[in-house]
Amino acid sequence: MTDKREERDREHDLEQLTASLRGAADPAPAEWERIRHELTTRATAQGLVDVAFERHDSPLGPLLIAATTDGLVRLGLPSEDEDEILDELARRISARVLLTPRESLTRARRQLDEYFDGGRREFDVALDWRLTTGFRREVLRATAQIPYGRTASYAQVATRAGRPKAARAAGTALATNPLPILVPCHRVLRTGGALGDYRGGTQAKARLLSLEGGTG
Amino acid sequence: MARDRPASRTGEEPAATRLPPFERVVERHGPTVLRFCAARVGADRAEDCFQETMLSALRAYDTLRDAGATRSWLLSIAARKAIDAHRARAGAPEPVGDPAILDAPSHDAAPDRRLAGAALWASVRELPAKQREAVALRFAGELTHREIAEAMQISEAAARRNVFEGVSRLRALVAEDDAR
Repeated sequence: MTDKREERDREHDLEQLTASLRGAADPAPAEWERIRHELTTRATAQGLVDVAFERHDSPLGPLLIAATTDGLVRLGLPSEDEDEILDELARRISARVLLTPRESLTRARRQLDEYFDGGRREFDVALDWRLTTGFRREVLRATAQIPYGRTASYAQVATRAGRPKAARAAGTALATNPLPILVPCHRVLRTGGALGDYRGGTQAKARLLSLEGGTG
Repeated sequence: MARDRPASRTGEEPAATRLPPFERVVERHGPTVLRFCAARVGADRAEDCFQETMLSALRAYDTLRDAGATRSWLLSIAARKAIDAHRARAGAPEPVGDPAILDAPSHDAAPDRRLAGAALWASVRELPAKQREAVALRFAGELTHREIAEAMQISEAAARRNVFEGVSRLRALVAEDDAR
């Protein structure tokens, strides 16, 4: 009887001990934020961040913007899943992806704010095109030339990319645009002026076009 | 028959393509690494240990073979950093716990338990090397005995024994303190 009781007491002691050990040293959220920030700052300074990203509030909703050392590589619209975007960046570029400021991101965020306020008509930022290749890249480069407030048709963009009959393929290229808004795929419409699809939803497309005054 | 299949491995993806973005590693395992560092080197030196661990991990991230073993991989790096920190300060007294991490105001645990925890971890640092390592990996790092074995490069039985003996001795140390 006594043995059993002693054993129970000992187990109780052990439980208390391990509970105390476990409860010992979790950082407070503010402290953790500071420590995390210090980590990403050092990682950036040591050149260990291959893809830096930040979240940015916009009238469309929260955007995600990511940059390599070459320039902006991805802009995620509110309709997109952040985890999927980050997984894709890790898979296709490098797993050294961190949430951290970078000069190119700061610059892009400021310009996005100006754009949404109606004060900016062109983006002056370096783009890294590595997430798109071949004909798709050509289509996006052609799309990048469409001026603010103007629109083009899928067929026109296909022609400018060198394949006049590939309007459908041009549509696919635009649907997978890794840099929406910055590469203005929202300015490409169906022949006859119907809105057509948009990665961020047709509502977002209409909103961007009306911001630019392109739909009258 | 299986053994008649051609020995082709073309279906395998390179390891690097399977790793999640490092950001997720920081989110999921960062607090555990920090807790482990605080347990091993004391709260006032925990941040250095944490920063060095995470930067080393980021540098070597593409050498991680199994994304499922990320936490034990991180903690094995942290364990080495902790030993380095001890060597660097050989002879210097072990610090007892510092409010910055252990007593932060918005902590979930009750204050008395937190203080008990900080003092307790100071006692853990009085244990023999393998025991304190194993106890920290078990309770601050929340590793299984098997993961502890991998991180310490010892057998699973030895890992279990070190945890058990560490906790038993810790209980004796605490009883001594209480008697004083």
